[in-house]
Amino acid sequence: MSEKPSKVLLNPLFNNNPISLQVLGICSALAITAKLETVFVMALAVIFVCSFANATVSLIRNHIPTNIRIIVQMTIIASLVIVVDQILKAYAYDISKQLSIFVGLIITNCIIMGRAEAFAMKEPVGLSFLDGIGNGIGYSLILVVVGVFRELFGSGKLLGVVILPLSTEGGWYESNGLMLLPPSAFFIIGLYIWVLRSWKTDQLEES
Amino acid sequence: MPNDTVRKTLAVAAAVSVVCSILVSSAAVLLRSNQEKNKELDMKKNILMSAGLIQEGKSVEELFEKIEIKVVDLATGEFNENIDPNTFDQRKAAKSEADGLAIDRKDDLATIKRRSKNALVYLARNEQGRLQQVIIPVHGMGLWSTMYGFMALDADTTTIKGFAFYQHGETPGLGGEIDNPQWKAQWIGKKAFDSDWKPRIEVIKGKVRPGSPDAHYQIDGLSGATITSRGVKDLLRYWLGDSGFGPFLSKVRAEEGGQDE
Repeated sequence: MSEKPSKVLLNPLFNNNPISLQVLGICSALAITAKLETVFVMALAVIFVCSFANATVSLIRNHIPTNIRIIVQMTIIASLVIVVDQILKAYAYDISKQLSIFVGLIITNCIIMGRAEAFAMKEPVGLSFLDGIGNGIGYSLILVVVGVFRELFGSGKLLGVVILPLSTEGGWYESNGLMLLPPSAFFIIGLYIWVLRSWKTDQLEES
Repeated sequence: MPNDTVRKTLAVAAAVSVVCSILVSSAAVLLRSNQEKNKELDMKKNILMSAGLIQEGKSVEELFEKIEIKVVDLATGEFNENIDPNTFDQRKAAKSEADGLAIDRKDDLATIKRRSKNALVYLARNEQGRLQQVIIPVHGMGLWSTMYGFMALDADTTTIKGFAFYQHGETPGLGGEIDNPQWKAQWIGKKAFDSDWKPRIEVIKGKVRPGSPDAHYQIDGLSGATITSRGVKDLLRYWLGDSGFGPFLSKVRAEEGGQDE
C-alpha cells in the first residue's frame, strides 16, 4: 500500500509536480519570483513548512476527528508559518522585509494544505515528511526557473549580480518591464507546463 | 476511544491549540529582542543612507552616535523637550486623538489624512558641533502604498544632501525604481526651495534638460510610474511646506544665518 520512499521524494519534481501538474500554489509563484534571492528564501520556507506540517499531521492522524481535520491541519500549518516568519525577522531582516506578507501567505498555499489532506492523513510519519520535502522542492524548482527568467530579463541580473547591463545604468540591455510584473510568471509557468508535457506526454489531459 | 465523539473532538482541538500557541508564543518571545534590534538598526541605517553618511568599515551604531535626535512641534517649529525622542512613535501619534491631527482635504498633498503634531528630526553635526545636515522623515501615498523616507538637507535647509525611501510597496521595476541608486543620486545637490522659500523641488515627466533654468529644482520622472513620481513630488511639497517642516526649517535657517554673521 505504502509507496517507496525514493518515489515519494522524487515524484513531485516532474511527474507529479504541485505547480505544473496539479496547478496549485500559483499565487505565491507570481508574487515573489521577480528576484532570485527572495525565491530561495521562500523556497526554503515552503520546504520547511510543508515537511514539518506533513510530519506533524501524520503523527496525530489517527486521533484527528474527521469533522475538524481541516481546522487542525490549518492550525498546525499556521503555527509553523508564524515561527518561520519570526525567525526570518530575527535573522534575515532585509529579506523578510522584501517577502513581507508572502511568508504569512504560505498558510494559504494550497500545496501544503493539499499534501496534509491527501497524503499525511493516510501515510506514516517518515513518508509524509519525505513527501513534504519532495513537494516543497517541486514547488521551489518552478519558482527558481521562473525567478531566473524574470530577474535576468527584467533587471538584467542574477542573484543581484549584473549579467546584462541595463541601458538605464549605462549598459546596452533594454529591460523587459513585463518580466517584473506578476503576469509574466503566468506566461513562464504556462510555457514550462507546455515543455514539460511535450516531454512527459502522459501528463497531457484528455480533451 | 472513537475519533468522532464530541469529547474527543474537543480534546483534540484543545490539545492542538495549546501546543501550537506555546510554540508560536515562545518563538515570538525568544526572538523579540533580536527582531527589535534589527528594526532599530535598520532605521538607523536608513537615516544614515539617506544622508550619505554610511562609511565602509564603520558600524552603523558608531556612525549614528554623531547624530542628535530631537522632537519638533511642527506647528511652531520649536523643539519639544517634553517628549523623549527615543520612545516617540510618530506613526502611533498620528493615529491618536491627542497627539495627531486630521489634515484638511485640500491641504493634504501627501494623501495621508492624519499626521502627528510632533515629528522627529535628526541633526548631524561635525566635530566642532556645527550643523551639517538636517534629516527629516517624510511619507505619503504613491500608487499602491504609503512610501516612507528620509530627506537630508544641508544646514542652509534647501540644498538636498540625499533622499531615500526605506519602506514602500510600489511595483518592482516601475515605481519600485525609487530605490534605484542612479535615480537617488540625482537628488544630491538639487534645491528644495525657490528664492522665496516656497517648496519647489519636483519630479517631472521625462528627463530633466540640463540647460533648463529650473534644472536644479527638477528630478527625472520614473518611466512607467507616473503616479509614484507624482506622489514623491506631492509628499515633498507637503512636508517641506508650511504644514510640514516649513516652520522648523525656517527657524534652522534663521539660527544658522545668525551664526555666520
